[in-house]
Amino acid sequence: MTGQVAGKQARRLTRHGKWGYVFVAPFMIMFAAMVLGPLGYAFYLSLFSQHLIGGTVFVGMGNYVDAVTDPAFLSGVARVASFFLIQVPVMLALAVVFALLLDSGRLLAPKFLRLALFVPYAVPSVVAAIMWGSLYSPRIGALGQVLHGIGLPVPGFFTPSGILPSIANIVTWEFTGYNMIIFYAALRALPPELYEAAAIDGAGPLVIALRIKLPRLRPALVLTLIFSVIGSFQLFNEPNVLASAAGPAAISSSWTPNLYAYTLAFSDNQVNYAAAISFLLGFVIFMGTLIVMLVASSVRRRAAA
Amino acid sequence: MTDYGADVGGSGSPFVRKGIVPNLFMWAFLIYFALPLFWLIVASTKTNSSLFSSAGFWFAHPFNLAENIRGVFSYDNGVFTHWLINSAIYAVVSAGGAAVLATLAGYGFARYEFSAKRMLFGTVLCSIMVPATALAVPTYLLFSKIGFVDNPLSVIVPSLVSPFGIYLMRIYAEQAVPQSLIDSARIDGAGELVIFARIASRLLAPAFVTVVLFTLVATWNNYFLPLVMLSNPKYYPLTVGLAQEYSLANAGGGVTLLDTVVIAGSLISIIPLVAAFLLLQRFWQSGLTAGAERY
Repeated sequence: MTGQVAGKQARRLTRHGKWGYVFVAPFMIMFAAMVLGPLGYAFYLSLFSQHLIGGTVFVGMGNYVDAVTDPAFLSGVARVASFFLIQVPVMLALAVVFALLLDSGRLLAPKFLRLALFVPYAVPSVVAAIMWGSLYSPRIGALGQVLHGIGLPVPGFFTPSGILPSIANIVTWEFTGYNMIIFYAALRALPPELYEAAAIDGAGPLVIALRIKLPRLRPALVLTLIFSVIGSFQLFNEPNVLASAAGPAAISSSWTPNLYAYTLAFSDNQVNYAAAISFLLGFVIFMGTLIVMLVASSVRRRAAA
Repeated sequence: MTDYGADVGGSGSPFVRKGIVPNLFMWAFLIYFALPLFWLIVASTKTNSSLFSSAGFWFAHPFNLAENIRGVFSYDNGVFTHWLINSAIYAVVSAGGAAVLATLAGYGFARYEFSAKRMLFGTVLCSIMVPATALAVPTYLLFSKIGFVDNPLSVIVPSLVSPFGIYLMRIYAEQAVPQSLIDSARIDGAGELVIFARIASRLLAPAFVTVVLFTLVATWNNYFLPLVMLSNPKYYPLTVGLAQEYSLANAGGGVTLLDTVVIAGSLISIIPLVAAFLLLQRFWQSGLTAGAERY
């Protein structure tokens, strides 16, 4: 009997099935043209190499072999990896704390705070880089002015060792509020009975936040970590804009893998090699997100066991 | 809303009653997040010379805001006006187009069974992990092969594809458009396109606005794609134009007197989006909620 009902339902769904194709077709055609097409073309290009003598020749995996031994590419990958390790924990920790505080009901003007912290997300990264660049700058330098005024040493924001933390600060400024909203939304979705019982049992707000709410933020944490892997590894806008202020000693043309691919394609005319670098970067990011998901699911299994 | 603050003890001002430490902590960070924007407003009111000589975080004489804004729009024969209009056109057309495509496809994935459904949706989901900028150089290479670069469409067309929009729209459609409603419309003899146009599209309107808003932000703020695609400054959006002005200002070391133009231009460029976010709060908050709950 139930089988018959299920069968009827399946027939009902598949009878109109061809309309599914009609609805998804416009998007899928654009998707094929704008995502799969360029990816395929980049892979095709990456299999060739231009030589002064003999023109363009097929080199197979040659460009990839070059890339994985290219110090410029490798140091760029290492730099964005260390950027990820320094910047993302700070940003996500702040975002979680802000979200827990907003959700605890202990803040004055919580709506205003939530909005105010989110505003930087609406600011283009180019403008964020220009603002912070001007604050850092030894030329205009409002930050240096203030630090000097209160007797603190002025850090070398644009020095080769100072530029990474300087850019990490800009990215933290831009995206903490965005991540905070994701965590806050996840907290709002929790059923209140969950912590009302604990509150009746005498658990304080700190205990509730740490023991009950924090563990339930794991799915949101996975989502924000994946966005952060993608964002960190394709870092481009901020260093590209700041390069003119900080100079080539601090931000070289291969400072991040994306800057390197851009330089190769547009300044050095090495289109084939640039395609290989872009493709490889995509692969690195894909592996990064895969690692985040694997770690997340193994943590979940251990927690369940 | 469960308010634990109310019974946390003591009388006195709300500040004390709610707990001093969390409030001080939060308001200290508020200063950090507001500081650059406050500086931008202050700096936009200064002359080029007082920008360098006065206290950075406070206003100075003369109050030069109107003059600076005039300077922004008159610089280089008013190219800033082009950038502003371009940013608006690129953002609005991309956002509208992306939301239409996402609504159709999200509804199709949510309410129809077809053999390639899992494969197609899986491919789209995977592509969320393909970084936009890693895709920009390949897209440029492909477009230049077919002679489709350095025109407005080369920026708009790639922005029409929003895999995250599809994901959002599918989840929303599964909840907002009941299968029973579609079935009864079919019994009444309505065709599939009529059902979508008359019933489903109205129920999907809130998610449509959410996708519009997110694509609007992504396109208005986009830098890498237009930087790669465009070489004629008349086609630049604000981001590429401002970045180039900033680079000129730095190269000139203050001699170019471009700093006020860059700073006031930056201020003008962020006003539309900040306003859109404040006005359309409901929609971006619901969009982020859908992403966070489902993962």
